[in-house]
This record gives sequence, structure tokens and C-alpha cells, in this order.
Amino acid sequence: MVRKLRLLLLVLLVGAVPAWADVADVYDFDSRAQEVRFQNLLAELRCPKCQNQNIADSHAPISQDMRDEVYRMMKAGASDEEIVDALVARFGEFVRYKPKLDSRTFLLWFTPAIAVFGGLLVVAGVVIRSRHRDRSEPPLSPEERARAERILAGADSGGPAPRED
Amino acid sequence: MKRLLLFLPLLVAAILGVVLFAGIGRDPTRLESALIGKPVPEFKLEDLHDPGRQWDRSLFLGQVSLLNVWGTWCPSCRDEHPDLMRLAREHGVRIIGMNYKDQRVDALDWLRRLGDPYQVSLYDPKGTLGFDLGVYGAPETFVIDANGIVRYRHVGEINEKVWQDILRPVVEQARGNG
Repeated sequence: MVRKLRLLLLVLLVGAVPAWADVADVYDFDSRAQEVRFQNLLAELRCPKCQNQNIADSHAPISQDMRDEVYRMMKAGASDEEIVDALVARFGEFVRYKPKLDSRTFLLWFTPAIAVFGGLLVVAGVVIRSRHRDRSEPPLSPEERARAERILAGADSGGPAPRED
Repeated sequence: MKRLLLFLPLLVAAILGVVLFAGIGRDPTRLESALIGKPVPEFKLEDLHDPGRQWDRSLFLGQVSLLNVWGTWCPSCRDEHPDLMRLAREHGVRIIGMNYKDQRVDALDWLRRLGDPYQVSLYDPKGTLGFDLGVYGAPETFVIDANGIVRYRHVGEINEKVWQDILRPVVEQARGNG
């Protein structure tokens, strides 16, 4: 029984291998570098239909069309920027996983930096203020100092009597 | 001053709440078309009914049209079909159909059975014009003015409410200017 189960698992495992095959497998490339470039482009483009997938992972028909167009343009010698721009012209800024830096996306890009900078300002403010407070406290007067020394020596008469354990 | 500063976190939370609340209920799958304000892309497509006949973008010049993208494989297209029939019949809207990634036989059979609301039917089996228009599903409907400029894109099915609230104002405005 266990042996049969093992065999079944093995068959399933081996059978699953073709499903790992990459989308790029159906395209022919002149070089490994070109294939890498193609993969990087696909990973940067977002599927308009399935929204949270890039067009390399998506099985939507529109992603297939977009992959074909990327491949076609790449073969025709277009630059990465031209390819992305051509798709943005059709499907909108939405398809970029890395949005272009402009007035609309300024906050998107810089909120983290602004937050970190703001946090640093707050921390700096707190530190400076507490230092300032330390310094502004008046030093002990000679009488106070003498009393403090008496306390430390364990012979203070002015304060509460030292506890005896 | 210090007291007021204590309310800052509350203020920030309130603003964030308002922003996030505004986002609730908005359908993230409805994307604004990149083509709004731009001309319909150049195309050459066969007529669905008459394979020998070809259409290009001059089809959209001269009057305001709706361009409806549909396919027999698309259940929502089936749902909106009676509404398209009514739009064409009662409101006199010029609707151009674009049969998208479909089989001609199936499409013709569909129109025979359910009626044909389209003044012209384009046949786009490979989705070429669809791709250039940024169509990523069906149904989608574009409002195109008399100069062939895309004014609006509606993703999803058309019904009476969508027509009255969204498309009709756009169409009327396009007619006013065209």
C-alpha cells in the first residue's frame, strides 16, 4: 500500500515538471542576454486584467498579447523604454510596476524618505531639548553640595533617619 | 502649543481615515483609458457580416458613436445585449460593434438569435484593434466623438443605470461639441 502510494507520488511529481516551464520557453532568442532582458521587461509590466500579477506570471489572454508585443518590438530592435512606453500608451500608467517619477507619483516615491527624515527630525528635537534641559538646571549650591556629601557619607541629620535593617 | 501638538496623531489618523474611506467601494478593476482625448488608433478590420468589406478609422468620423467590444465567450456581453438593443432602438444611439477574439460563425449566430444592435460590426479575431485600444476584457464600451476622438471608456456591462448616469451625459456632451 505504502509502496503504491510512493509510486503514485513519484508519478505526480514527475508529471508536474512541465508546469514549471517558463513562459519564455515558447519564444526564441538570439542570446541568453536577450532572454534575460525579455524576462526583466515582463516582470516589470503589470497585467491590466489580473492586476496583481506581472505579465510573465499571468495566464490572462491580454498578458499573452502583451508578451507577444514585447517580443515583437524587442526583435524589431526597440529599446526597453520604447517598449514600455508603447504599452503605457495603450493601457495607461497602470501597467508599470515602477511608476515614472512625476508630480502625480512624487508622494509615492518619496513618502518613505519623507517619513524617515521626519522621524529623524523628531528624534533630533527630543535629544536637543533634553540636553538643553540638563544644561539649564542650576548646579548645586555650596550648601546643597555639602549636604549631598553628608548623605553619601551616611551621616545626614537634616533628612529622614537612615533605615536600619 | 504643546497641548495642540498632542492632537497631531489624532489629526493624522483622521486624515488617513478620510482618504482610506474614500477608496472603499471604488472598483480597482476599472482603469481609466490611456486613450481618452486621443484619436481612435489606425486600423483595418473586416466587416463581420461581409468578409470582403474593410473598415478603417474613417468609420468613426461625422457622428458620435459607441464602440462596443464583445465576444460570444463573454457572459457579461450576453447580459448587456438586451440593453444595447434598447439603446439602439429607443435612444437612437449609433453603436459600432467589435467582435473580439471570437469565431465569425459563433458571432453571426449570436446576432441572429439575440438581435443585432450594431450599425456596423467589426471583426477582430486576433484582438489587434482591441490591443491598440487597451482593451483587456469584454465587454468594454468607448464613446467616440464625431472627430474620431475617444471621449470615454466604460469597462463592464452597460445597463439602464450606467447609460443614464454615465454614458448618456458623455454622449450628449460629445454631440454638443461635435
